Amino acid sequence: MRVNLRYFASLREATGRESEPLDLPASADVAAARELLLARYPGVAKLLPRCATALNRAYVTGDAALHDGDELVFIPPLGGG
Amino acid sequence: MPTSDALPLVRITRDPLDDAAIQTLTRAVEDPSVGGIVTFAGVVRDNARGKRVRYLEYDVYPEMAEQEMARIAAEVERRWQTNRVAIVHRIGRMEIGECSVVVIVACAHRAEAFEACRYAIDTLKSTVPIWKKEVAEDGEEWVEG
Repeated sequence: MRVNLRYFASLREATGRESEPLDLPASADVAAARELLLARYPGVAKLLPRCATALNRAYVTGDAALHDGDELVFIPPLGGG
Repeated sequence: MPTSDALPLVRITRDPLDDAAIQTLTRAVEDPSVGGIVTFAGVVRDNARGKRVRYLEYDVYPEMAEQEMARIAAEVERRWQTNRVAIVHRIGRMEIGECSVVVIVACAHRAEAFEACRYAIDTLKSTVPIWKKEVAEDGEEWVEG
């Protein structure tokens, strides 16, 4: 399956991208996507563990299942207000 | 800023949240049934953790941020029995003294207006996907909180 990753703020700068597809095995969860991302961008090793996860625009935990076409966003520590 | 009287009013904007914009938002939540209006305005400060800040740059996950802000407004509506709420966050570059966020809540009485406004800004800071980069005299970084 393929999910669409979008990057914001510090993650956008660390990856140098706004978005990109990520291919995963059929039964993959959010934690698996994190590992793949880390393998692709070793530079996010410190940042990624501090990020929350939004799946299709809702906060989820690491065991949330992924599905083809999902929008997955790792949310760096917030700074709004 | 485009004006709409639909309440609750939830918006992300690149336009300045200046006095005129805040006044427009206040007008939008006013009502004869209202006895107290509490406005929180977040303003860009010239210092942080001992650094001299030059300006801030805000980034947003727009679709989710609007959704989370609407969720906060709905919770205010449910808990404090008022839909007379405006939550507007500006994004992009902001200079010292400029307003980055405005939360206005109007209720029958002051106690619930204060409480609801406090709830709304505190929850916004902890759930709405918006980020700020601090550009200081000695470098820049994305900061938390």
